[in-house]
Order: sequence, then structure tokens, then C-alpha cells
Amino acid sequence: MPPKQVKSKTAASVDRKRSKRGADGDDLTEMGDGTEQDDWMQAKTLVKPEDQLELSEAELKEEFTRILTANNPHAPQNIVRYSFKERQYKQTSSVDQLAVHFALDGNLLHKDSEEARKQFNRTGLAETKEEQAEPAAEAAATEEGGEEGASGEGKEEAGDEDAAPAPASKAGGKEKKLTNQFNFSERASQTYNNPFRDRATVTEPPPRASFSSNVTQWEIYDAYQEDFEKQEKSKEKKVIPGRKEEEKSKKKFQISETSSDDITRVETAAKIVERMVNQNTYDDIAQDFKYWEDVSDEFRDSEGTLLPLWKFSFEKAKKLAITSVCWSPKYRDLVAVSCGSYDFMKQGSGLIILWTMKNPSFPECYFETDSGVMCLDVHPQHPHWICAGFYDGSVAIFSAVDKREGAIHRCTAKNGKHTDPVWQVRWQKDDADNNMNFYSISSDGRICLWTILKNEMVYQDVIRLSLPDVSAEGPDGIKVATTGCGTAFDFHKQKDYLFLVGTEEGKVHICSKAYTSHFIDTIDAHNMAVYKVCWNRFHPKIFITCSADWTVKIWEMKDTMDKSESGDEARKPLFSFDLNNSVGDVAWAPYSSTVFAAVTSDGKAFVYDLNANKYEPLCEQMVAQKKKTKLTHVEFNPTYPIVVIGDDRGNVTSLKLSPNLRKMKAEKKGAPPVDEATKVQREIEKLEKILSMVRNQPTEATA
Amino acid sequence: MSQEIDEIIKRIMAHKGVIGVIIVNNDGIPLRSTLENSQSVHYASQIHSLASKARGVIREIDSSNDLRFLRVRSTKHEILVAPDHDYFMIVIQKDASN
Repeated sequence: MPPKQVKSKTAASVDRKRSKRGADGDDLTEMGDGTEQDDWMQAKTLVKPEDQLELSEAELKEEFTRILTANNPHAPQNIVRYSFKERQYKQTSSVDQLAVHFALDGNLLHKDSEEARKQFNRTGLAETKEEQAEPAAEAAATEEGGEEGASGEGKEEAGDEDAAPAPASKAGGKEKKLTNQFNFSERASQTYNNPFRDRATVTEPPPRASFSSNVTQWEIYDAYQEDFEKQEKSKEKKVIPGRKEEEKSKKKFQISETSSDDITRVETAAKIVERMVNQNTYDDIAQDFKYWEDVSDEFRDSEGTLLPLWKFSFEKAKKLAITSVCWSPKYRDLVAVSCGSYDFMKQGSGLIILWTMKNPSFPECYFETDSGVMCLDVHPQHPHWICAGFYDGSVAIFSAVDKREGAIHRCTAKNGKHTDPVWQVRWQKDDADNNMNFYSISSDGRICLWTILKNEMVYQDVIRLSLPDVSAEGPDGIKVATTGCGTAFDFHKQKDYLFLVGTEEGKVHICSKAYTSHFIDTIDAHNMAVYKVCWNRFHPKIFITCSADWTVKIWEMKDTMDKSESGDEARKPLFSFDLNNSVGDVAWAPYSSTVFAAVTSDGKAFVYDLNANKYEPLCEQMVAQKKKTKLTHVEFNPTYPIVVIGDDRGNVTSLKLSPNLRKMKAEKKGAPPVDEATKVQREIEKLEKILSMVRNQPTEATA
Repeated sequence: MSQEIDEIIKRIMAHKGVIGVIIVNNDGIPLRSTLENSQSVHYASQIHSLASKARGVIREIDSSNDLRFLRVRSTKHEILVAPDHDYFMIVIQKDASN
């Protein structure tokens, strides 16, 4: 503010500054200030600040009008409030101009008021001075803060009456404090209140992720299953691991959890898809297998046909002959086939192949071996164990589940290996120690029993086939007993210890596991080597043999005690059939005691039913594709009406039997369903009937 | 191990009428395929949802059951789907009787 200012003497206009100085508006004071100012001014020289406003005389003499109003200069001039009623901002019409500069709450009470009387009562003062009615019971109303004025003049009250109420007990009941009216002072103290500080830290927010999921019935089920399995595992760990995995493993592959390449886990799906594709491709065959029945059989009573179904052929087996066929006892569609060579001169490698009817284009599983495999057998209880006999005389065990490339066990030259090809192997029941064991027969004249212990195979010679009549001349003229060559054997279905042995000389021996040196019986069955001996599945005494001498013969086992009976040196067969060519294999049907099939080296398959026709086959059919193919083996499927035939070109053909070939005894209408034992009995009776007709004239009937 | 899978794929392709083989993972992305990429992706995405739905149907009705395979026969060809734990295998085959 410029110091030089014209002071206008208008009564209403007062410089703000000045009014402050002199609140009274005293002229005297004003004057005094002005005089003082002038004196002060003259004493010092005028100092002009550099940035002072340069004003002309006229401007300096300009009069400024100032108006004194009663308005509060600090009050806002336009207050705008939002009116909810009118939903808009509205300017408050008049603004309160009241400015409070100083406020002091007074603490004077009228002496006649209620409160004053209470005070009198409490302090006990001036009862005589004032006229006070004796107060009634004091209601513990508002209390004063506690401070009392020291002076007795006024009843001063500290604090408002609305101050926070002190405890009521203070008012009533408590003894009145006798206080010195002169210098009593109540003291209170307050502790130091620490200044407040706000401290805050900010942490990194936890990472968030959105999660959403659907819950379905099966997801809940899966979660429970997992939990259950975990529990089982923890239980298993406590239990001592008992049986090995062999019990649990099956022939079908199980996926092994590999954490390697992702793609390997697709294996089962790939398998399934392959089978589906095969099913599509061979759809008509599959339909035939399931549903086709030769209708013409109704018209031809004693003739049947074989309908060719799938052909299984494997690239690597093309040069090999099928040497043995065995259906898996557990999986009805799985067949194990061994490949080798019958030719003495051309010996090469061998194969064991597992085919399934569900996939005719590629084997389920195969093993390559260095020597031709001549025979194989699938264990009835543990269908993944396969025992095989080789051309080089050794035997081996394979496991279809185990992924290794070769045999689990293989015997060596030191370990009882045969010196000639092994022609047949057969699993036996687990022995007393629950070890698996099997028999093998070979051209070196030995029948061996092999037992599988923990880690090895142990052998034991059971029988030596000796030829008591013929003995060779040794170098010094000493007679050396010659051994016969075994080519086939079969164990009795019910009496496990009894078995048949076929030899290369054409003899058939009936032996027992108990006797190692001699046979129960010997029959001169054929003129040439016996290729197959087979007990009838129902009748306990009937067996069939086939041989290279073009014949198939059915025999009956006579009681051993009847040695004296008619002194038969040359026992006669019950039936004999001439098939015009070397018979490779013969097999009884599983569903009937009178049906059997035979295959010959000229590619034909024969099916006989003794019930229907005792002399001629019901079916004689060319099975082989190309000429000059020898059929080597035939096997019936235990459940389906199918036979599988192997040939010497490595092909396995499956054929369906027409209805005439599978006639079983018709049940009487209304009769209750027949159980196993009765079925067996009926079959036996059926056969007995036929046999009784034949027994009395044991002459051969030729086809 | 992967060679075996490749071998199986080769054998399947050798069957008459087979147009293509696709292996799809759980997210619907084709891992191996004998068709070209755009087609594979097309098939994969469509069939993946269909197969998942089919699986859901079976399991919803009986939780202990699971989908074994799915065949979709159309006028022109047949789509065979076999699910596995993490993968689907899809084969497209023309009708063999044509």
C-alpha cells in the first residue's frame, strides 16, 4: 500500500488498516498517528523501492472511494447448494454475513436457578446468605467438569453444563469434600499425548489368476477314484509285496507310463483305431464270421462246408512254414503261431507270432528267433507265458507282455538241451511248489520236464524212448540200445499222469509220469512217423492219431490188466481213414466227441463226424491258395465255430464251420438247460453208441 | 517308441480307403497328421468337441464307464475316433463297400 495516500475525511470511509489500529475510531488517536507519521517521514529520506509504481501527480491525487458496509468480507458471496427437491443447483439467496470474532462462554448462573441451588448444597456455602430451600434428592444431572473457582464470590462453573457427565456416584451418596475455600485447588494432570504418526507400507499384490471350471458327475467320480487309489497305494506300501506281477499281467499290452515323448502315450488309442480300420476294411468278413450260416446245409444232410474268413500273413513269415498253432485259453480271439522250417536242408530263423482276429493285417506281437520254432504252447492259467521248442533242440519261454526282444529263459547245451529238434511242448499244472513246468519231446528220444524256478529253467529227464527189440551193433559188436524218436505227445485231460507218445517209427506208447523206464502200453499204430496223437476231449479212452502214411486212426485204450486178452500183438484201430496224402495234423472238436478235422499235404482239409458218417468226411475242401502248398496244422477255436489252418508258406487261414459240421445233440423242447457235466456225459454216450457198433467187428473201414 | 506309432500310422494308411490319420491332444491341437495343416486343424477342432461331448454323455450316465471309440458314418466317408487319456486318434476312411 502506498504510504502517500490522500486521506479523505469522509466519515463513512475508513482505511481498513486504520480501523484496525483504532477500534474506537477516536479522532485523537488518528491524529496522533498522523502526526507521528509526518515526523517520522521528515527524519528519514524517502527511499523508493525500485519496483514502485510510478504514478503521476494527478493519479496520486485521485480519490478512491471506500464504502463501509456491514458485510462480512470473508463470507462467500454466492453459495450454491444442490436442491434435491428441484434436482439442480440453486443459489442460496442470502448468505449469512455474521462473522464471529470472539466467543467466550460465560459461566454465570442465576442464583435462583436449579443448578445454583445444587451447587449451594454441595459446597455448603452461603446457606445462610441466600434463602435456599432444602434440596430434594439430587438427581445426578449434568455435572460440572470439576474445576471450581477458588474465590468464594461467585459460583463459577467451569465448562459447559453440556459437558460430558462425570460419574453419577460423585453427586449422590459420596461424602462432601471439605475444601479449603481459600487455596484449595483441584488438580488434574494430563499425560503427554504422544503425537500420532501414520505409517503405511504397500506390498506387492499377490498374483491373481482367473479360474473357472465345470463340474460334472464324472469329474467328481474321477476325483474320488484318484483319492481312493492314493489310499490304496499307501496301504500297499505297508503290506509286503507278495505275488509278483505275473499274475496280473495279461497278454494285451499295458501302457507303461513314460515321461518321454508325448506321442508314445497314444499307443492304446492307436491300437484301437487300427482295429477299427481293419474292421471296416474286412467288414464283410467280420459280418460273415458272426452271422453267416450256410443255408444249403439244410438240404445236404451229411455235407458241410468251410467258409474262408481272414487270412493272416506276415511279411517275415513268408518263407517259413507254420509249425504249430495254439489258441489262447483266455482270449478267445488270440492265436499263437510258431514258424519254422520242416526242411532239413533249409534251416533259417524262426518266428513266434500272436495274431488276433480283430486285426488281420498285422500281428499283435511277434518274436524273432535264430532257430526255427517247431512247437509252442500257451499256458492255460497264465496266458502270457508261451513255451516253445526249437529246431536246434533248445526250449525257451516267452512272455507276451514283457517287452523284451527275446526269450525270458532259454536252455543251453549244458542245461539239458535236446540234441534233435523239439517236436512238441506242453504246459503242465503248477507243481507242488507253485512253479510252472512243461514237458518237451524230441527226436533224440528224450521226454524232459522243465521247471521254471525264480531265475532259471531246470530240466529233468522223464522218459527215454528205447526200442527194446531193435538194437544197433556197436563197433565191438556190443549191442547198444537204440532210442526211438518222439514226434508227438498228448496228456490225458482228466488223468494228468497219463500221456501218449507218438514216434517216428510209427509206434504209439501209452506212458505214465510215474514210470520212467517202461511204458504202460505200446501200439504199432502206423507205418510211418506219427505226427499227432490226441486224446478225445470227452471220452476218457479214445484217442486219434495221424501219420505220414496217409491215414488217420482212432484207437481205444485197453485196460492194462488185460494183457491176456486175445494176445493182440497187433492192436487194431476202431476207425481208420485214408486221406490220400500225408496227414499233417488232426484235431478233435471242442464241442463234440465225434467231430474231428484233419489237414493233408495236398492242401485239403477234412472234417469228419462219426455220428453222421462213419466212413466218409462231411467236408473235404481245398483250403490252400496256391498249389503245392502243404497244410501243416489245424486247430479248433474253443468258443467260436472256427478252425485255423496253417500252411507251409507262412499263411494262417481261418475258416468258419458250417452248421452241419457242428451238430450237437438237440435238446428236447421244454427241458431245462443242460449243464456241463451232462453235456459231457451225452457226448460220451453218443460216442459209445458208435463205438459199440464198431467194436464187435474191428475191421478197418476205408474211405 | 514313437517309431511304433509311426509304424502303426503307416499301416493304417496302407488300408484301402483310408484318407487320413490325425492325432489330437487334449486342447484340440493336432500333433501328427497325414493331411495338410488347415484340414487337420479343421477336423481336429470339430471332432475334439464332439468326442468330448460324447465322452461326457457316457460318463455322466455312469461314471465308471468310459468312451471306447466313436464312429461317425456319413454318406461320403466314416470318421473313427478313439480317445485315450490325453489324446484322440482320428482316422477318416472311405466306405469300403463302395
